[in-house]
Amino acid sequence: MSLSDAFKELTSRPARTVSGVGERVGDMPRVARWSLIALFVVSLYLMPWWPEVPLLGWLVDTPGTSFEGVITDKVVIYVLVALGLNVVVGLAGLLDLGYVGFYAVGAYTLGVLSSQHANLPWLLCVPIAVAVSMISGVVLGTPTLRLRGDYLAIVTLGFGEIIRISANNADWLGGSRGISKIAKPPNIGPLKFGILDAKPYFFLGLTIIIVVVFFLRRLEHSRVGRAWNAVREDEDAAELMGVNTFKFKLWAFAIGAAIGGLAGTLYAGKVRFINPSNFPLQLSILFLAAVVLGGTGNMWGAILGGAVVAWMPERFRNFADKRVFVFGVALVLVMVFRPQGLIPRKIRKERWLANWKPPQRTPQFGETGTGRG
Amino acid sequence: MSDWLIYRTFWDLTVTGVALGAIYALVALGYTLVYGVLRLINFAHSEVFMVGTFATLITATNFIGIPLIEEGNYPYRTGITLVAVLLACIVGGMVVSGAGAVLLERVAYRPLRGSGEHVGAVVLAFASAFTVSLIFTGSTRTNIIIGLVGTAPLAVLYLRIFRRGRSAPRLAFLISAIGASTAVAEAVAIWGPRDREQYQTSRVLEKRVLFEFLGTDVRIDYVLVIVGALLMLTALVLFVNRTRLGRGVRAVAQDVETARILGVNVDFVILVTFLLGGVMAGAAAMMFTLVYDQTRFNIGFLLGVKSFTAAVLGGIGNLRGALLGGLVLGLGENYGAALFGGQWKDVIAFVLLLTVLMFRPTGILGESLAKARV
Repeated sequence: MSLSDAFKELTSRPARTVSGVGERVGDMPRVARWSLIALFVVSLYLMPWWPEVPLLGWLVDTPGTSFEGVITDKVVIYVLVALGLNVVVGLAGLLDLGYVGFYAVGAYTLGVLSSQHANLPWLLCVPIAVAVSMISGVVLGTPTLRLRGDYLAIVTLGFGEIIRISANNADWLGGSRGISKIAKPPNIGPLKFGILDAKPYFFLGLTIIIVVVFFLRRLEHSRVGRAWNAVREDEDAAELMGVNTFKFKLWAFAIGAAIGGLAGTLYAGKVRFINPSNFPLQLSILFLAAVVLGGTGNMWGAILGGAVVAWMPERFRNFADKRVFVFGVALVLVMVFRPQGLIPRKIRKERWLANWKPPQRTPQFGETGTGRG
Repeated sequence: MSDWLIYRTFWDLTVTGVALGAIYALVALGYTLVYGVLRLINFAHSEVFMVGTFATLITATNFIGIPLIEEGNYPYRTGITLVAVLLACIVGGMVVSGAGAVLLERVAYRPLRGSGEHVGAVVLAFASAFTVSLIFTGSTRTNIIIGLVGTAPLAVLYLRIFRRGRSAPRLAFLISAIGASTAVAEAVAIWGPRDREQYQTSRVLEKRVLFEFLGTDVRIDYVLVIVGALLMLTALVLFVNRTRLGRGVRAVAQDVETARILGVNVDFVILVTFLLGGVMAGAAAMMFTLVYDQTRFNIGFLLGVKSFTAAVLGGIGNLRGALLGGLVLGLGENYGAALFGGQWKDVIAFVLLLTVLMFRPTGILGESLAKARV
């Protein structure tokens, strides 16, 4: 086998073999499995100290900016957003190009309730912000989800732009000056959410991500998840089989919007100052790139994609003005060589399907016995 | 108060709106053609337009040698010279945009369809070697040398992988187009002589008032834009409806597999589709610089989004729909801006789109490139 053949083999392997890690962990004894997962989670919580580990540190460190800042301000936020967008794009198969709109709705709700027009505490604002984002998802989804594919894309793109321009022009929302002095999360024991130390924000964000991942995993394997699967693969067939496609698409939109809004509150609570230029249209496209880059429809892919898209430009800051160019070229190359994304969707064999055998039919009179149906 | 504004300037707004709409329509044709044939949003079409504006700029200033300012005035030309300069500019824009669109198809789309070939492999190989070298050195000359050295071995490797023969999922096309679009715009911003600044273009046409229309002065550049756009559209419709190749385009739009079985060279037809879209965008680019006298590395993005909106508004995949959508969008934006204030311009465009799609889910005229009712 020549080198190029080997490379070809490597880049075009079918989806199933790549995602063997999860299955192998799943087959381990219970104790081993849980200790492995615990080890993984602990190492994630230790991320702010990663740059001090010898080899890993050289790999991940971001020259010019603090690594801590990058993981709290960008990586955590992008991962959360990618998780939410993955519900819409990856699970339900709806192309959303205006996801930044929901992110902005979350951030602005927190801003308005905790600084601009009221003085509510952070803990109260966040659920309200999530609910408001969810409602905005339903409001946008109700008229538009009857549209198909690419029409939906352009309409959502318009929505993202409308949110930004409205925020820019409405004095009630602070206009182009934006909103400052947004509430920060309350201190929890030794975790003090101040300006100097970014670590508490990181721990908070990571915890939220783990909760969201757990929630989404349950959802993905529930009736709702199966309905999304059906809608994504063939909407007409799903409708014929009795799936209320509109309802489930709306659910996907609402849940996606809620997670986007949650990411927005996290962002606004950390930077404590937002203005409309924080939510440009390009950010939506970056979010979508994160999901597709990681692997559409695969939660671990979305996490990886979000982390890579957020971290990579900071890692290569030493050619600061050229990093966006590099990012563009990298997008093309990844799509050309791994069109399914870095971690493709696992074509999960349902357990009942793996053990299912076609029913043995006793040959009827006049049949040879080998003929089927 | 703003109500009075729209009464007083209604016909003024109409003229500028129609001219703007004509430019939208020409760019929208590129989206509509590609969508009609491949069923995908050609996200990088905006950059094809942007490259066209730079081509007209370079044709006028560098090839013909017209300065920005001459003896304190604009470098106006008259008579035959003017016509020759304008023609050279539009041809320059069309050639470069057309070539750009074709190259784009080869680099960012065809490898994903599983039938990549040499041009795409070589360009991608150069781009990847060049990009990797950026990480290690800032000298542009060294980067180019490393890029060139890396091209040959990488291209051979890429070509093997490209021909895997199965098509990627639809979202992959979208992302690779977004990547290509980002890379092109950024390349202009990084290596262009004025970086991220605005470029002025030389104003060769004196923008005189040509005639009066319902109490409004109609400037000559608007007339040129509107007439030019109509001519281009007519030529395109004739091409798609009357020629053999046009029939191929319609056949592929209807059913790719059947067309292939019946002997249509599908890859060639797709190439022609991109070429046509690029040529239209090049013409639009020249008209844009004619009216606005400027360009910039990111000029394509918003205009591209608007033009795509126009294409959807009229019914994507429908050539006549692109014209109608462009005009409706241009006019709607202008009237809306006068009514509610200029800052709401983009909001109005999208609200208009939402309203139309609610009542006519496939646009004003519906999708129809395949049905040949253009």
